Amino acid sequence: MPMPYYVSPEQLMRDKADYARKGIARGKSVIALEYSDGILFMAENTSATLHKISEIYDRIAFAGVGKFNEFEQLRIGGIRLVDMKGYAYSREDVTAKSLANAYSQTLGNIFTSEVKPYECEILVGAVGEETASNELFHILYDGSVSDRTGWVAMGGASDQLNEYLENHYTKDYPKSVPDLKASVAMGHDALKTVEERDLTAEGLEVAILDRARARRKFRRLPAADLTKLL
Amino acid sequence: MTDRGKIDSLRLPVNGPGSSFSELLEARKPDLLPERDVKGHVEVPEGTTVLALRYAEGVVVAGDRRATEGFQIAHRSIEKVFAADDMSAVAIAGAAGPAVEMVRLFQTELEHYEKVEGERLTLEGKANKLSQMIRANLPAAMQGLVVVPLFAGFDENREYGRIFKYDVTGGRYEEDDYHATGSGGKDARGSLKKRFHPDLTRDEAIKCAIEALFDAADEDVGTGGPDLMRGIFPTVAAISSEGLVEVPEDEIRALFEEVISERGGEVRGPESHPVDVRRPGEEG
Repeated sequence: MPMPYYVSPEQLMRDKADYARKGIARGKSVIALEYSDGILFMAENTSATLHKISEIYDRIAFAGVGKFNEFEQLRIGGIRLVDMKGYAYSREDVTAKSLANAYSQTLGNIFTSEVKPYECEILVGAVGEETASNELFHILYDGSVSDRTGWVAMGGASDQLNEYLENHYTKDYPKSVPDLKASVAMGHDALKTVEERDLTAEGLEVAILDRARARRKFRRLPAADLTKLL
Repeated sequence: MTDRGKIDSLRLPVNGPGSSFSELLEARKPDLLPERDVKGHVEVPEGTTVLALRYAEGVVVAGDRRATEGFQIAHRSIEKVFAADDMSAVAIAGAAGPAVEMVRLFQTELEHYEKVEGERLTLEGKANKLSQMIRANLPAAMQGLVVVPLFAGFDENREYGRIFKYDVTGGRYEEDDYHATGSGGKDARGSLKKRFHPDLTRDEAIKCAIEALFDAADEDVGTGGPDLMRGIFPTVAAISSEGLVEVPEDEIRALFEEVISERGGEVRGPESHPVDVRRPGEEG
């Protein structure tokens, strides 16, 4: 029986990470911005049915970049997890933190124990009573989580988008955050600048977690509403 | 590693429960599903009268607030009309505990489906799902835990309001105009029969519902009328293409006061009773 070649763990992890990063870099990007009444999610997406951004629970939304089937699986898994938790206990017991934790465990396990890591990054956002209590968890392909404030960009052009938003997003967070119109414009400009072409409302997928709404805070902004805002 | 669902709940087995929440519970947490195998007979609080009627733009659903346990009042302000989702409502009559649990499961089921699939079930689909849930409750119903809800909503494909009633086996029957169920259901139906016509406006339909509940409370001991002392009034919801809107309590209170003042003149008090009845104090 032939012996397999020895590969050092460092090399193995590096190869997997490179593989996952390359897969993610091929895809489109998603950005999230905290605005005065909640959180705005924006992605370049020509499909009206294959969403990158979706509702998870009353206050929680999900965004994914990379391989669609992989983050879609995580999205549905997340909905199952929180719906069961909310049903067994109460709706208030469902938190973004515990969901982000579950995602992190899953992605971490896949990254270390499976041959092929997931080529996706996800974002779990939850709108709070005020801007300071909003939550944004960015979870990478290897399960590492970061707790972000103000804005998050991920996907193919995340480096350039992060740089753009770093320069344009308010430095006075959380005291003065842009309103919806201003943040839609900022997101749109960021994507346009990075992609170096014009993006119409039809080519964008935009959704908000609006704290003014009743129980379910998530709402998609259809192209008609978006055109008015742009 | 064949059943990944057991190892990590966020990864989906391909043959998993799809977009149904109750199938998900059955697979993962069957203890959270309503108890189906009930032995012996139990007495529990019962919800009494609920009704639904169609109007030009949609459908109105209403219910009184009383729960009874035998001849006792179990609760004075129980809610029996629940929003199933933005476009439909369930009104419950029968054993209150299992009914409320069924509604909660139904609500989660609809929301779960909507989130997973990215679109709502059709009204027909929702009505059939509820029918399956009532059928699953049949063993419990045989032991006295009968749940027979009314389901009503706005059908977004057909663009009108629809009403479904059920029997204890999950049999589903669509009503064209109105229906009322529960202990005062027959009285409410009698009242609705006289007042209903197909071109009712929203306000007229709400008034109709209020009068029917008033009539039911007048005839049936199980049905609670307006409780002016405690400020407890029946709940009413109207569903149209705009979605479900709960009618504010002030509006309901005003309508009851209107009914009372309209009917007050017609009611004969004991003074005007034709039979000559002498009270002890009047003697001599």
